[in-house]
Amino acid sequence: MTLPKPVSRLIEQFQRLPGVGPKTASRLVYHLLRVPEEQARNLGEALLDLHAQTRFCSVCFNITDVSTDPCAVCRDDKRDGSLLCVVEAPLDVQAVERAQGFHGRYHVLHGAISPVEGIGPENLKIGELVERVRKGGVQEVILATNPSMEGEATAMYIHRALQGQGVRVTRLARGLPVGGDLEYTDETTLAKALEGRSAM
Amino acid sequence: MSRERTYQTEAVVLRRRNWGEADRILTLFTPLRGKIRVRAVGVRKPASRKAGHLELFHRATLFLAKGRDFDIITQAETVEAYSPLREDLIGSAAASYAVELLDRLSPEESENAAAYRLLVRTLEQLSAGGDPALALRCYDLKLLEYSGYKPELSLCTVCGGEIRAEDQFFSPARGGAVCPRCADRAEGRFPVTLAALKVLRHIQRSELEEALQLPVGKSTLEELESILQRYIQYLLESPMRSRKFYSEVSRPRGEGGV
Ligand SMILES: [Zn+2]
Ligand SMILES: [Zn+2]
Repeated sequence: MTLPKPVSRLIEQFQRLPGVGPKTASRLVYHLLRVPEEQARNLGEALLDLHAQTRFCSVCFNITDVSTDPCAVCRDDKRDGSLLCVVEAPLDVQAVERAQGFHGRYHVLHGAISPVEGIGPENLKIGELVERVRKGGVQEVILATNPSMEGEATAMYIHRALQGQGVRVTRLARGLPVGGDLEYTDETTLAKALEGRSAM
Repeated sequence: MSRERTYQTEAVVLRRRNWGEADRILTLFTPLRGKIRVRAVGVRKPASRKAGHLELFHRATLFLAKGRDFDIITQAETVEAYSPLREDLIGSAAASYAVELLDRLSPEESENAAAYRLLVRTLEQLSAGGDPALALRCYDLKLLEYSGYKPELSLCTVCGGEIRAEDQFFSPARGGAVCPRCADRAEGRFPVTLAALKVLRHIQRSELEEALQLPVGKSTLEELESILQRYIQYLLESPMRSRKFYSEVSRPRGEGGV
């Protein structure tokens, strides 16, 4: 049996999402066929807005509202602009914020160096970080990349790139599980790791 | 292979990619099944007891259960973590190069125990802080041989004549040396010095440990890299992704490196 085109098209699109297989995709689509049209329309509009109404902050590269650039954190005068926390992904910013032990600002790299996958420093916001530090006002850069091989390599690379800039470079204390994802770290562990950061 | 639902193997982690909420698909190299892809469930959660054993480059003993798409890791125990690589940018870049080459030269499910031993010995060498420049060239030559691409360096690949003591050519398409008299008939050939050719032959004939002790000058090493990279790029039909990063970080500061 061939499915109506709009049905098969949406199933196909859902299947491209992480963790969604063909079964889940079909179930979601048939669920959406049964909900009031308004609910489906809201979902569609939310999806369209996601890209149309957001952008990367031109300072820290976290995700922000199109109308708010620099982002709220970069604008907030109560946050310490001399302290930068460097993370791999926007979700990691959320994780550090949840830990509530950090009052500086962020820099989102959008990935980690992974030579085997063809991801080099030029594919990340590393040049922008060096430039941001070079402009002055930053006293400490905390490297909060994941405690994985890729995250360590990224931290070492940035450490090297920042040498001679007169800035203190620190790394989150070990104690985070090796091979894990910052995104999945519990608040207490993350808070402790921030507290115990050490010079590189 | 047996019909058992579970099995045990040693493996080195070549690649990892996230899968679903908290899983990863790992590309592994094993002594008896060559390259395989398996699924590690829940390893991105901090509570995972397997995660620490399944890092990139780790050599581990794994217990796996047969699955529909991918076999699933049920238990993992580190044999060797090569931890010094976590604090050595050049070493980890070199290890990336080593796993990429093996991944790209190897078909899945094809036994290559010699390649597995070579990878392990090379990771040991890099992790011990040995100079990666010569180690990687030895790795290139040996791995090409174990993968069925051994370059012919003693006879001309066009006329079959013995290579004499003079500067020669190399043809990636012909998979080896070309004598000066045949050069015009070999497409894509490029010149190689006699010195470089001799070192390549010496590495080819020697055991790895012996080859790693060879005194090779910087300019010859650079030529070896250039020859082997052109050959490898021809075989893979695209450049090695990790080569650029390795070149960048291994360059001394002030020469365009960071
Ligand atoms: Zn910002
Ligand atoms: Zn000839």
